[in-house]
Amino acid sequence: MMTKAKRKRLIYNLITFGLVIAAYLILQNMIDAKAISRSLKGLLVPICAWIVMAVSLNLVIGFSGELSLGHAGFMSIGAYTGAIVSGWFLSAFDMQDPTLRLILAILISGVVAGIFGALIGIPVLRLRGDYLAIVTLAFGEIIRNLVNVLYVGTTDGKLYFSFLNKNLPEGVTMLVDGAKGAVKIKPISTFTIGFALIILTLIIVLNLVNSRAGRAIQATRDNRIAAESMGVSVTKYKMMAFVTAATLAGMAGALYGLNSSTVVPTQFTFNQSINVLVFVVLGGLGNVLGSVISATFLTVLPEILREFADYRMLVYAVVLILVMIFTNNPLIRSMMNRLFGPVRTLLRGKQKKAPGGDAE
Amino acid sequence: MKKLIALALALVLALTVCTAFADEPITLKIAHIGPTTGAAALYGLATQHGAEIAVDEINAAGGKYRIELINEDDEHNVEKVINAYNAALDAGAQMILGSTTSKPCEAAGAKGYEDRVFFLTPSASSVNVIEDKDNVFQVCFTDPNQGSASAEYIAEHKLGTKIAVIFNNADVYSTGIRDTFVQKCPELGLEIVSEETFTDETTDFTVQVGKAQEAGAEIVFLPMYYTPASLILKTAAAKNYKPIFFGVDGMDGILDVEGFDKSLAEGVMLLTPFVATSEDEKVKSFVAAYQAKFNETPIQFAADAYDGIYILAAAAEKAGITAEMTAEEACDLLIAAILDLSYEGITGSMTWDESGAVTKTPMAATIVNGVYVFED
Repeated sequence: MMTKAKRKRLIYNLITFGLVIAAYLILQNMIDAKAISRSLKGLLVPICAWIVMAVSLNLVIGFSGELSLGHAGFMSIGAYTGAIVSGWFLSAFDMQDPTLRLILAILISGVVAGIFGALIGIPVLRLRGDYLAIVTLAFGEIIRNLVNVLYVGTTDGKLYFSFLNKNLPEGVTMLVDGAKGAVKIKPISTFTIGFALIILTLIIVLNLVNSRAGRAIQATRDNRIAAESMGVSVTKYKMMAFVTAATLAGMAGALYGLNSSTVVPTQFTFNQSINVLVFVVLGGLGNVLGSVISATFLTVLPEILREFADYRMLVYAVVLILVMIFTNNPLIRSMMNRLFGPVRTLLRGKQKKAPGGDAE
Repeated sequence: MKKLIALALALVLALTVCTAFADEPITLKIAHIGPTTGAAALYGLATQHGAEIAVDEINAAGGKYRIELINEDDEHNVEKVINAYNAALDAGAQMILGSTTSKPCEAAGAKGYEDRVFFLTPSASSVNVIEDKDNVFQVCFTDPNQGSASAEYIAEHKLGTKIAVIFNNADVYSTGIRDTFVQKCPELGLEIVSEETFTDETTDFTVQVGKAQEAGAEIVFLPMYYTPASLILKTAAAKNYKPIFFGVDGMDGILDVEGFDKSLAEGVMLLTPFVATSEDEKVKSFVAAYQAKFNETPIQFAADAYDGIYILAAAAEKAGITAEMTAEEACDLLIAAILDLSYEGITGSMTWDESGAVTKTPMAATIVNGVYVFED
């Protein structure tokens, strides 16, 4: 049984990585050949960021079974940290290389968001019930209101922070200007780095999920008491998933923020968290490839629907409902099964004949 | 049958004669970017409608240019505006009228600065919109200019010296105006006696208005859009507090708020370049055309966009833009042209400098008997 499960996992991972790499190669070739429309090219980096957001949220919701409603909060921490770090490195250390600045900004943003994730997780993940949903919801709103009154400036290699009032020394270059958000960012995000971040995310998430810790995480989701009686520390493993997700969301935020010349707190509202939740639910809880596909699909969809002008979001909602219905329709599922039968059998490890084979 | 053929031939002849005489008009592709859906849709629709009126007029007049308007929705979102901007350029836009609101305009303008695309924004008034970019110009005042102009107006007309400020500290527009207003007041001998904040979610202004009343303010300065302003006026009326309320251009539209008692707005002053009830001939014809087409009274945003299309057409003519030019080729020509341009529109007579900010005279209107009346 072990080999079958391993093979199944290997094929699933290969398909996930293969699809992402193939998409990257095709798109990168199109960019090189200038055979790509401006609209699509402009969407590439946001798509990368949303994929990382969806996959990381899936780790919390799909695998550890906790509901997080403040994922956009971690993203905003990442976006702001990224903007500050990039602006500071440029002015203080005259770091001209955009790729190095971007990579450092992404890493530092990940660490900062991870620390916030740990701060929230430590008290909340000790509790049973839906506390994480409530606390992350509040956290998202608190972060948004805090950055609303945050002022950061840099001069002579020093960073100046101020809350509530713009009490910064004369002549500083503003990096974060209260309600105006992070300003004058030099957009340095590239599709290649975005792609690298997706691959990194997939490696981290898929490896974590398929590791001993990952099985413990899923065990706490499936049956807390049984997991505890087996000696699994529920808090520890839930923390592991939550902090990893927060870190990845912070990285995605840095990529996202450094793709634009400005970032505002209103971009990271509760609605944005729900948006990511929709990506995850549509793609399937605990389905990493599904998250990748649905994040891409739902980011591109509103742009494809641009011709519908005012009716765009109406059509968007209808498409969303149709996708939900179709992917859950038994008739269509059986049709898909017949179409992709061989692949599915491989993937599911002949579930029908041996239901035990999927007990992983 | 013969008659018909004769008629058809005559028609064909007439058409060929016509086209032979008139120069083929050059088609300009102008993209309007603004939020036509979402929370700020009111403003995006106003600028879109205002622009449409100007385009209709220019096309009907049959001058040198024919304008094709491309409309793209940015949802008042910093991410979506880039998509809208890219879609507009994919559709062949040569210049951009937009974006309607400040933050999206800042993001798209920065992208346009790299790509060399000319932006004229009707109503994005934040300084960040034009700062560090030579390609973005404004039809409206910048926020700091509105703040200092308001302080100067109050001091000049001796409306009072004790001032309370209520502003939205989560809003760029509101804080931008408040910052320079508060800065400017001391040097003009005006005293800020109370300063209170609110956010987008605030619906109860009892505390803010109460503080202003306790402090004995003679003037309450309201740098905000009209929806919270209407609530503040209601609260003040309930407290029987009657200072002079002084607003800025976002106050325009307060008389159209549904369920709002217009008598509460009596005596409210606001700094605005445009009032729909003006006796000016140009304004009258614009308002009439707007009402006929959209069945509503235009607000200042619509007037700004109407002027914006005419300014773009005038700058294009001066720069000699042709139908074949790409946005990139047109950009520097348009920048040179607009710096030389002086335009007399329905929101005042305007000139521009390198910063991208407009120079025009601030005007204040007072609400009297439910309509806006210009002060001298």
